[in-house]
Amino acid sequence: MTNSNGHTVPDDGGAAHRKVIWKTFWILLILTAIEFLIAFTMHHGPLRISIFVAMTIVKAFYIVGEFMHLKHEAKTLIWTILIPVIFVVWLIIALLYEGGSIFNDVHILR
Amino acid sequence: MASTVTSTSGEPKLWLGGVEPMKASYGKLMMWFFLISDTFTFSALLVSYGLIRYSFPAYAGEVADFAFSNLYWPIPEKVFAAVPFLHGVYLPLVFVGIMTFILIASSVTMVLAVEAGHRMDRKNVEKYLLWTLLGGITFLGCQAWEWAHFIHGTDDGTVIREFIKGDWVERTVFGANLKENQYGPVPFADLFFFITGFHGTHVFSGVCLNYLVFYRASTGFYDRRGSYEMVEKVGLYWHFVDLVWVFVFTFFYLV
Repeated sequence: MTNSNGHTVPDDGGAAHRKVIWKTFWILLILTAIEFLIAFTMHHGPLRISIFVAMTIVKAFYIVGEFMHLKHEAKTLIWTILIPVIFVVWLIIALLYEGGSIFNDVHILR
Repeated sequence: MASTVTSTSGEPKLWLGGVEPMKASYGKLMMWFFLISDTFTFSALLVSYGLIRYSFPAYAGEVADFAFSNLYWPIPEKVFAAVPFLHGVYLPLVFVGIMTFILIASSVTMVLAVEAGHRMDRKNVEKYLLWTLLGGITFLGCQAWEWAHFIHGTDDGTVIREFIKGDWVERTVFGANLKENQYGPVPFADLFFFITGFHGTHVFSGVCLNYLVFYRASTGFYDRRGSYEMVEKVGLYWHFVDLVWVFVFTFFYLV
């Protein structure tokens, strides 16, 4: 059945879709709980930071993919959204490196 | 607009100028483009945080011995360790965890409202939008409390040693503002206010938009229009706000 706003409603009345939504919710909740666990059990260091970053990207994937429905959009739309984010990644790497340099320079001057 | 919502199935959907690009309606596509530009704004703020943080020394000792000082960047779990009604109890990151849960839960109710909109199920759209509104308003309340606590500071404050006009001066600082703070270097509080403030402003806008959509849904506006797509567009915005919080939570409170 297709209603006037162009959406095809599946035969189960969207029950399968709702199941996916709740599954995504539990995944996000459990990932956040694990992040808390790591925050209090692991020592600070590059490994801990990379675990946090990796888990954040997984959470972002589920929010953008399922909640924002991007996973099920046209391929061109997916790439239109994802490709610009590469610039952000570049900026992060470049400026973290710069921050380290500022830190070193300040120490040399002292 | 009419051409985007009244097409029958089977035919290619049309914008006013021709075939719909990327199989998305005009409004949805523009929301995506707005969100990608907003991503750049938030990235700029978070990247600034990274840059400034790495230009300050990190705390080198044991976590248990940590004390606030303006000489090194603070450990976030030591700064954000208070919960309302539990004064003086050390509960690191518990309150911000509750806030995170509230925002994720409100994102779920939003997507359920969008799903109900696809089925033209007005009653469920209203119900889930109300839950989303409740979540958003609660989050804002929590943030207001967190800001108030951050600004007022701890009971004892922090003694800060500064070099002013040729002399070392010691004084006790309570709480934080844009010029000084008891938790660490001055930019730490500045970044806290800017980043969580900018996110909070987005949450506030989201609550307003959600209320507008709730009002229109409950007065039957979308039934008359024959489309609940506006719920979907505002939903995109609301999920984006949740997404930003996931990043703020990681980079400001965890790392």
